[in-house]
Amino acid sequence: MSPTKLTDLTIAEARDGLRAKSFSVQELAKAHLDAIETAAALNAYVLPTPERALEMAKASDARLGKGEGGALEGIPLGIKDLFCTKDVRTTACSHILGEFTPTYESTVSANLWAEGAVMLGKLNNDEFAMGSSNETSFFGPAINPWRREGSDAKLVPGGSSGGSSSAVAAHLCMGATATDTGGSIRQPAAITGTVGIKPTYGRCSRWGIVAFASSLDQAGPITRTVRDAAIMLKNMSSYDPKDTTSADVPVPDFEAAVGQGVKGLTIGIPKEYRVPGMAPEVEALWQQGIAWLKDAGAEIKEVSLPHTKYALPAYYIVAPAEASSNLARYDGVRYGLREPCADVTSMYENTREAGFGAEVKRRILIGTYVLSAGYYDAYYLKAQKVRTLIKQDFDQAFEGVDAILTPTTPGPAFAIGEKSGDPLDMYLNDIFTVTVNMAGLPGISVPAGSSSECTPLGLQLIGRAFDEETLFRAGQVIEDAAGPSAKPADWWSEAK
Amino acid sequence: MSVDRATVHRIASLARLAITEEEAEQLEKELSGIFDWVAQLDELDTSAVEPMTRVAAMTMRLRKDEVTDGFYADDIVKNAPKVDDHYFVVPKIIE
Repeated sequence: MSPTKLTDLTIAEARDGLRAKSFSVQELAKAHLDAIETAAALNAYVLPTPERALEMAKASDARLGKGEGGALEGIPLGIKDLFCTKDVRTTACSHILGEFTPTYESTVSANLWAEGAVMLGKLNNDEFAMGSSNETSFFGPAINPWRREGSDAKLVPGGSSGGSSSAVAAHLCMGATATDTGGSIRQPAAITGTVGIKPTYGRCSRWGIVAFASSLDQAGPITRTVRDAAIMLKNMSSYDPKDTTSADVPVPDFEAAVGQGVKGLTIGIPKEYRVPGMAPEVEALWQQGIAWLKDAGAEIKEVSLPHTKYALPAYYIVAPAEASSNLARYDGVRYGLREPCADVTSMYENTREAGFGAEVKRRILIGTYVLSAGYYDAYYLKAQKVRTLIKQDFDQAFEGVDAILTPTTPGPAFAIGEKSGDPLDMYLNDIFTVTVNMAGLPGISVPAGSSSECTPLGLQLIGRAFDEETLFRAGQVIEDAAGPSAKPADWWSEAK
Repeated sequence: MSVDRATVHRIASLARLAITEEEAEQLEKELSGIFDWVAQLDELDTSAVEPMTRVAAMTMRLRKDEVTDGFYADDIVKNAPKVDDHYFVVPKIIE
């Protein structure tokens, strides 16, 4: 098999190929490392780790040679730079973390290595995961491998997990870790033609992941197929005593749910997700998705989630409030950047001023304001009450349906710089995804079609807490109906 | 709800951010726009609603009160900008 072909395999196919000894882990890793080396134009990786990859691949080949190996044995993956990786620089794509090199490994990535996966490198993201376009990264934006038909304008890969979505879509890794606080797995997956699942809050340990908003943050995978997402999520999930919000529940074999179909399931369609400014092709795609699920045997039922429109404004209180607390630790004392000053207060103030980018400062200030004396009840407490109402909406809907189908984004990928002038305009990208984080539920985005510009669009399925299996069942039906997602035409590779 | 320049400077000082006057001017506009938009939450009467404190019902786990972690001071100071032995060094605080 030629090296280019190796990068076209899915995780499931590579797993079979490795077991059958059709190729070695080192060949598979090398094919991906070569692809990464020629794809600098995408800026998907902020730190490729070829030496680490080859070392891990060699050890993996040895295990396979002895007939041993884990569930992800030999699978080359990219890791979002929000996950702490032992002895490998981790920055959250912020200047303030400088050359921070963790002396420990995040639980999620440790779980992947324990099952034999191979690390290709660290992936770009919006600074501290704050953004929907990857444009706030200190390392510059990652680029979407997809382009509009007849245009060479650079499009955003979504965010905050933009390096993850770009790398998976461009076949620079077989799957990637990502995190989702308001849509940061599902929105980038949707606009790059990849699959992304944010599991139930508590499914994956948050230990060792750079914290943004602790009551909303959750890790999950971005992959090219629904089955691959099921394989990866199974091996990322675990109960972890080091995270008090980690759920002590059994992790099902998610892959077994793939292919079970939707016969007997009822799928809800929330009328409140029809919003002004939504692209007409998004509405058409949604109707198409409804038809596909119906044809596959699901019952379709309209549901009402009346507090939907309040989720995003409430999120912009809760998330910045928690972020302002979490980011207080970056003070120039224990790690990362320090601006030398004569007194300690100036040292804090100048370090933070120099180390944080504009979007991060904006959110720290919103958070500081809403938590400041006299404003707590009017803002943070109010937003947490609105969260209860959003959760109750879903609880009521799930009395009559098994999953809910919505568009993932209000439109397709936009160009670099197109939305970065107005923070509110950018925030509206998360309008369909943020409700899921506010209620702690699982949500998956599956590629479902193309925009009028021939760029990808996705549909989102929302499930009951700890019922990711239904999402994998229904997600596979959409993937089968939509057909295999195409690989974007390669414009980025440099000749070697 | 609009935010004035003095408020921007006050919260920047609370957040330990030495923002410039140009940033303050920009932030005054942006934060006012965001708080105006957030004000739509006032349409909702939440007087009888309990605030969400956890997303999934879960009982807090207890464990034995014993030391399970630690003894790696070298690791803890490894990434610090300035260290003396196992101490973080900062500018003088008390004259």
